[in-house]
Amino acid sequence: MSDFTSYFWHYYVAGLTLISILACLGLLWYASRVKVTPTKDNTTGHVWDEDIIEKDNPLPKWWVWMFIITVVFALVYGLLYPMFGKFPGLLNWSSVGQYQAERAANEARVAPKFEAFAQMSVQQLAADPVAMQIGESLFMNNCAVCHAADARGSLTFPNLTDKDWIWGGDPEAIKVSITQGRVAVMPPLAEAVGSPEDVLNVAHYVLSLSGAPHDSVRAAAGKANFATCIACHGAEGKGNYLIGAPNLTDDIWLHGFGVDAVVRSINEGIMNVMPPQNVLLSEQQIHVLTGYVWAKSNPPQ
Amino acid sequence: MSNSTQPDGGNSAARPDEIEISLYADRQKIYPRSVAGFFTNWRWAMVWLTQIVFYGLPWLQWNNRQAVLFDLEERRFYLFNLVLYPHDLIYLTGLLVISALALFLFTAVAGRLWCGFACPQTVYTEIYLWMEKLVEGDRTARMRLDQSGHTLEKYGKKTLKQLLWIAFGLWTGFTFVGYFTPIEQLWLAVWQAELGPWQSFWILFYGFATYGNAGYMRELVCKHMCPYARFQSAMFDRDTLVVTYDAQRGEPRGRRSRQADLSLLKLGSCVDCSLCVQVCPTGIDIRKGLQYECIGCGSCADVCDQVMDKVGYPKGLVRFTTQNGLEQGWTSAQMWRRVLRPRVLAYGAILLLITVALFTSLYLRTPLKLDVIRDSTILSRVVQQGYVENVYTLRMLNATEQEQPLRLVVHGLPGLQVISETEFSLAPTGARALAVTVRVPPGSSAPGMHPIHFEVQSLGAEPMTVRQDSVFMMPRQ
Repeated sequence: MSDFTSYFWHYYVAGLTLISILACLGLLWYASRVKVTPTKDNTTGHVWDEDIIEKDNPLPKWWVWMFIITVVFALVYGLLYPMFGKFPGLLNWSSVGQYQAERAANEARVAPKFEAFAQMSVQQLAADPVAMQIGESLFMNNCAVCHAADARGSLTFPNLTDKDWIWGGDPEAIKVSITQGRVAVMPPLAEAVGSPEDVLNVAHYVLSLSGAPHDSVRAAAGKANFATCIACHGAEGKGNYLIGAPNLTDDIWLHGFGVDAVVRSINEGIMNVMPPQNVLLSEQQIHVLTGYVWAKSNPPQ
Repeated sequence: MSNSTQPDGGNSAARPDEIEISLYADRQKIYPRSVAGFFTNWRWAMVWLTQIVFYGLPWLQWNNRQAVLFDLEERRFYLFNLVLYPHDLIYLTGLLVISALALFLFTAVAGRLWCGFACPQTVYTEIYLWMEKLVEGDRTARMRLDQSGHTLEKYGKKTLKQLLWIAFGLWTGFTFVGYFTPIEQLWLAVWQAELGPWQSFWILFYGFATYGNAGYMRELVCKHMCPYARFQSAMFDRDTLVVTYDAQRGEPRGRRSRQADLSLLKLGSCVDCSLCVQVCPTGIDIRKGLQYECIGCGSCADVCDQVMDKVGYPKGLVRFTTQNGLEQGWTSAQMWRRVLRPRVLAYGAILLLITVALFTSLYLRTPLKLDVIRDSTILSRVVQQGYVENVYTLRMLNATEQEQPLRLVVHGLPGLQVISETEFSLAPTGARALAVTVRVPPGSSAPGMHPIHFEVQSLGAEPMTVRQDSVFMMPRQ
């Protein structure tokens, strides 16, 4: 309750609650005996709709006890749980605390399973059906949002089931990608490449590297200016795992297929980010997830 | 119930016609006298029937498991051959509607038949009363015992009664929990002192509720707590069977010697023995007419018939009859003719309809569930050679207790192919989410949404097929 600048409302609410509870008890006591003028026929004297009369019977005693029990219950409840303003209650219960306790309990429950998985290599995990089942649910809950439920990705979200890796596809590299996330930056290179005509030529050359449809005259003309790209993508355009420069010689186009898409990449650059997952997942969970992702591109024979 | 009025003692300032009264009345303990007869026999038959089912059912085995088990933790409900899941909740709704309509029907025909013969409150009160009688004796003996001083006999009897009551309550609580956790394991857990905290709680809680309700609360539950008692008068009409005192025949009541000539005495058939009041479990006098406390158990009818037999009058001074029947002096055949009135026919027809619908639906239910969820972020993607892919998650659930080998077939678009696995299996009573990638050749369909159909076929012993529609999205170029 940090919304208020003073404690006034805490005291107001707590006081009102307490007074209400005690007032209920007071009312019960006050109204337990009354002075009335008795009627001979045991009615209150009220008559409705010509012939409906109200009998004047006392309440059963058990009802009084039930009333008192509810008041006692309310007071005990208020003492144990946060009911009176900012008083946290003797049990120190809170919904956040309960969430954390339940989460801790759940983690303790699955801990032995993950303990066993931690002793296994990524390849062994990929062959373990239980690990793959857990990996699948981890993937569905955390990764499928971008990489799709089938892990085949989409435009700007890499496909994880092929052999084409931007940051490396061995278990260690995959684990680092999941743990720390990845930031891939390609600066806008239009000026470095030259005129718009030069950019177009380089784009055709890039397409020619993988044998994609291209203009061979323009490609030949663009070869020289490809020198600007060598620093990251390598002389043969095969990319570099260390800085996340994609391989340009396969026919896989993360940022769009065709001349227009390549020209746009050169002109505008690319900023592609995968957020780190270690804030959400434990090291052991990431280990199992690594096995699942590795298995996706290395299916059992 | 009358006011517990007390004259105003010391307060002289009060107006002379005013008195101080308490707004709360102490409970008058009721000591129902035991009774035998036609209705009592029926009630005991219902006690045996309901309790044999209740205590016996959880011990029944089926398919190597408990026949009736509500596994809340796994969210599976086993009923003999049937395994129900939370999404089968509609069947519970159907069951509740059937119960409600059956209640309406019985009430319209024969009043509080449920209350007097099958309601757990009545049944357990009957059992607890029987134990009480076994230890302490019948009505007068119990009253005498309660009024006696601190005697060894009193405490011995009270202790024995409490032990019986508590044991029976605990057994009831144990059985109740046995519906939610396998009862054989529960039995072992009890003896090895390995009960879980919630198991212990519910055994004790339900046991205590039985003990408290059947041992102490008794008629208070019917009079003050039961919601059904509040609205059932809406189902009553002048042709509803109710327990009634035939005032025309009985009044004026009065004691008389057996030799006396009735015609000279100017007395009715009621000998004012007050047995009908003594046997009443809610402590009312049926001769005052129909009262809301009357649960229609017929104890007064049974005991009155015995008295009528003894004094040589015809039976039925207190009997089940309808208001019309009593006023017009109808025979039971005449009353039976009035049973089939529109209200009863309507209740009966709806009851029959829903019962048939429920069981038909249960019979036709495919124990295989399929949900097709389009991928939440990837609407559509173009891959190598311009193929267009859509991604779906299939959520499948196997409601049978056998492993189900399954095959997925998707159709609805030219050239459509599934490039993820299409043959897989579902574990017994298992659930699974499976990502499915569907691909069509470039340009095979117009841009936009196209309906496609998923079909999962079981290749197991019992062939079954579930279908689900979805859409395939072709992107705009």
